[in-house]
Amino acid sequence: MEGFILLMQIYVFVLAIFVGFELITKVPPTLHTPLMSGSNAISGITIVGALLSAGVEEMSISTILGFIAIIFAMINVVGGFLVTDRMLKMFKKK
Amino acid sequence: MLVVSYIVYLIASVCFIFGIKKLASPKTARQGNQLAAVGMLLAIIVTLLDKRVLSFEWIIAGIIIGSAIGAVFALKVKMTGMPQMVGLLNGFGGGASVLVAISEYERIYFGSQQFEVNTTISIVLSVLIGSVTFTGSLIAFGKLQELITGKVIKYPFQHPLNGLLILGVFVVGVILVINPVNIELLLIITAVALLLGVLLVLPIGGADMPVAISLLNSYSGIAASMTGFVLSNNMLIIAGALVGASGIILTIIMCKGMNRSLMNVVLGGWENAGAAGPAASTASPKGQVKSIDSEELAMLLDSVSSVIIVPGYGMAVAQAQHAVRDLMNVLEKKGVKVRFAIHPVAGRMPGHMNVLLAEAQVEYDKLLAMEDINDDFPNTDVVIIIGANDVVNPAARHDQNSPIYGMPILNVDYAKTVIINKRSLNVGYAGIDNELFFYPNALMYFGDAKDAMTRLVNELKSSS
Repeated sequence: MEGFILLMQIYVFVLAIFVGFELITKVPPTLHTPLMSGSNAISGITIVGALLSAGVEEMSISTILGFIAIIFAMINVVGGFLVTDRMLKMFKKK
Repeated sequence: MLVVSYIVYLIASVCFIFGIKKLASPKTARQGNQLAAVGMLLAIIVTLLDKRVLSFEWIIAGIIIGSAIGAVFALKVKMTGMPQMVGLLNGFGGGASVLVAISEYERIYFGSQQFEVNTTISIVLSVLIGSVTFTGSLIAFGKLQELITGKVIKYPFQHPLNGLLILGVFVVGVILVINPVNIELLLIITAVALLLGVLLVLPIGGADMPVAISLLNSYSGIAASMTGFVLSNNMLIIAGALVGASGIILTIIMCKGMNRSLMNVVLGGWENAGAAGPAASTASPKGQVKSIDSEELAMLLDSVSSVIIVPGYGMAVAQAQHAVRDLMNVLEKKGVKVRFAIHPVAGRMPGHMNVLLAEAQVEYDKLLAMEDINDDFPNTDVVIIIGANDVVNPAARHDQNSPIYGMPILNVDYAKTVIINKRSLNVGYAGIDNELFFYPNALMYFGDAKDAMTRLVNELKSSS
């Protein structure tokens, strides 16, 4: 059963990489910097793991690690999305 | 409840995919970024409702502190500082993955639970990739911010040392997977991986940073994906894989832009490119360079009909993008057709020049990629090169001894007149002379990019 779950996860991983390739090859060079900062913000999705670590009831090493992880991931998420928005606001056509 | 949260995670994943899809056009890009942010918000909210989350003090504190720091970074950073900003953000993403993986290990360890083999493998990979991303990105940040020299840094036994460390980490990882109840081994892996991040990025020189930043971007995504395997969460796997794919594509584009293999960039320095090396380059061009001052240049530009501007890292360093925009405006007022030619590796990260010119309110449809504009140079009256060097060196086309031979370049020398704005005749990143400066149709316009452009604009204004 455990092996089956892993296999399903690998399926998802491989298919998502293909979706990523398809989507990103269509992004024009002019938007490569916002693409990087925006996708960077998406990689802050580890926030989900950080929340689960920090949210356990009794205080432990896990809580501390989770707390620092939340700070790191939130810098990544908030910083990434905001700075991308700031950049994309500037792209104008005549 | 579990079913609901899984459905919300699926919706969040769809938001990320559509968000990136909308990045394919400048018109919808902002909307796409916002959609991805909504996906992230949904993911955070539904996780907070998870029954495993019981205490909120640390969570709230962490969210407030992290968001505040992130917001300050995002609002304060100058557009010229965007490469180091992205580098820094990459690092935090990688760091978060490491911490989550170690924390998950501790939970199983102290909870005296059984380690599944695939969980341990995912934890090891997450820690490994996340740690390299974390310290590697901090070094990249330091180099771009010029806290550390941007030059290629060599140290003794560089390749054997790194090879040994990578092999060592691999062996320790395998031992840990076989015998998972051994927290010291995990900490050893973390420490060595953190060291590897430093050692691998330190030798990479400034102009190779676009590759390094893209690659680290990819790592931060893959690390997030591995965290998804640790937590058995498909949303993390999907989001991480998207980012991983994005980073890899950008890395490939950057390597092609320099005609170098990824290994060559990662192993550091141009000297691996050709056996001769830049110092031994014999075909050093001879002759006199001709220079021009702002008054003469203004007169020259008064009688032309088409101009292509080629910006490079020098424009970013001098913060000259607004002065360049003024130049475009004054030329357009005189009826000159002005366009920009952007080399894929101009600047310090993919799309660096485009962002700077967008900040200066140059419309994005005037910025053309190399393959779209290279055939137009022969029909162009004047090319103005601002702070670019190696990407316009014609030696890349014909001189087989040149370390940059084979690199795709902008064919600026085919234009009627080429103006090169530089502070001096110094060599570019590749460390080689640029024969273009000695061409009969080339004129040097010396000075800091911003001052030089401002002077030129004033001359053009006073002459009309």
